[in-house]
Amino acid sequence: MPENSTESELPLYEVFIRSKNGLHHKHAGSLHAPDAEMALTNARDVYTRRSEGVSIWVVKATDVVASSPEDKGNFYEPNDDKLYRHPTFYNIPDEVGHM
Amino acid sequence: MDEVDMELEKAFQSKIDAELKIEPKDWMPDAYRKTLVRQMSQHAHSEVVGMLPEGNWLTRAPSLKRKAILMAKIQDEGGHGLYLYSAAETLGVSRDEMYEQLHSGKAKYSSIFNYPTLNWADIGAIGWLVDGAAITNQIALCRCSYGPYARAMVKVCKEESFHQRQGYEIMMNMSNGTKEQKEMAQDAINRWWWPALMMFGPHDKNSDHTSQSMTWKIKRTSNDELRQRFVDATVPQADYLGLTVPDDKLAWNEETQSYDWGEIDWDEFRNVVAGNGLCNRERLQTRRDAHDGGKWVRDAALAYAEKQKKRMADKAA
Ligand SMILES: [Fe+2]
Ligand SMILES: [Fe+2]
Repeated sequence: MPENSTESELPLYEVFIRSKNGLHHKHAGSLHAPDAEMALTNARDVYTRRSEGVSIWVVKATDVVASSPEDKGNFYEPNDDKLYRHPTFYNIPDEVGHM
Repeated sequence: MDEVDMELEKAFQSKIDAELKIEPKDWMPDAYRKTLVRQMSQHAHSEVVGMLPEGNWLTRAPSLKRKAILMAKIQDEGGHGLYLYSAAETLGVSRDEMYEQLHSGKAKYSSIFNYPTLNWADIGAIGWLVDGAAITNQIALCRCSYGPYARAMVKVCKEESFHQRQGYEIMMNMSNGTKEQKEMAQDAINRWWWPALMMFGPHDKNSDHTSQSMTWKIKRTSNDELRQRFVDATVPQADYLGLTVPDDKLAWNEETQSYDWGEIDWDEFRNVVAGNGLCNRERLQTRRDAHDGGKWVRDAALAYAEKQKKRMADKAA
C-alpha cells in the first residue's frame, strides 16, 4: 500500500445515470471507491436515494478521454463551413408545403 | 500580470457577464479557482460536520418514525458533502487534501455546528432554522458561475426542502403539546435563532470577499440581503407556532415591508469561528476519530480490489 496519503486515495469514478427508460444516461457527479462494484453501490446510495435512476454507469475518471476547451476553434472547425448539412440551406417554395 | 493573462481574464469576465457558466477545463484566474476551492470545501465540511449535532439524537429520537426521518436527513447531509467534495475536486484539489485541512483545523466550516443539541426540540429548531438558513443561501448559489458548483446546489436544494419541513413539524408538535414541551420548543428557538442569523456571515460592509465574489458571480446575493430574506420568511412561521424569536427590537416595518431587527453579537460569532465555541474541539475530534477509525475498511477494500485485479490478470495470462 502506498505511503503517501494522496496516493492511497481511493480511485475516482464518474457516475452516469439513466433517470428512466427512453432517456440517455447523464453525468451525475463523481465519487471515490476501491473498485467498480463498490462504485456502483455507492453511486446508488449517493445519487439515487429518491428513485432518480433506473440504470447507473460508473467509469474510472482516468479512463475518460476529453477534448480540451482550447480546441474549440480548430477541433470543430471542419463542420463550420458545411452549411449544406442544415435543412435551412435549401430553398423550397412555400407551395410545396411542410418538408 | 502579462498581456496574455490580461486578455484571458477579460475574455473570462465577459463570459461571466454574459451569464455563461465556467466549466472545469476552462481557463480561469487563479484567485477565482482559489476562492471556489475555499468556499466549496468549507461548504462540504459544513455538510459533513453538520451530521454530528443531529447524530447525537439518533438513538434518542422519541419514536421509530422520527428516528427513520432523522436518519434519512443525516444521510442526505452526508450526500451533500459528497456532491460538494466531488465538485471541488474538479478544480484540482484532492479529497485527501480537503480532509487534511478539515482535520487539522486549518479549514473552517459553518460555526453553527459548534453549538450543542441539548434536547429533542433542538432537532426541530435545527431543521426549521438551520436548514432554512442554509436553503436561503443555497438557492442563491444555484445560479453561481461555476458549473459544477451550481449543479451540485440544484441537487442539494431539491433534497433540502424535506429537512426544513420535518423540523418545522417537530416544532408544531411540541408547541401544541404539553406546557413543558412548548417551553422546550421556545428554549430551542432562543438558543438557535441568533446562531442561525450568523450563518449568513458578516455584514456586507465588513465582508472581505463579497465584492470580488459578486463580480465573478460566485455569489449572487449579498449576506445582508439573504439574511433579511430569511428573517422575513421565518418570523411569521414562529408566529404560527405561537412562539417568539428572542429579539426585543424585532418590529414590522410598513415602509420597507419587512422586519427591522436587533444586532448580532459579533463577539460571540468571532469567538466561535476562532475555535472557542462550546463544541469545536469535540466536533473535530469526532470527525478525526471517524476518519481514522474507517481507515482499515478503506485499506481492506483497496487490498481486495488489488487482489481481484491480480487474479484476473493471472487468469488472462
Ligand atoms: Fe445539506
Ligand atoms: Fe439539510
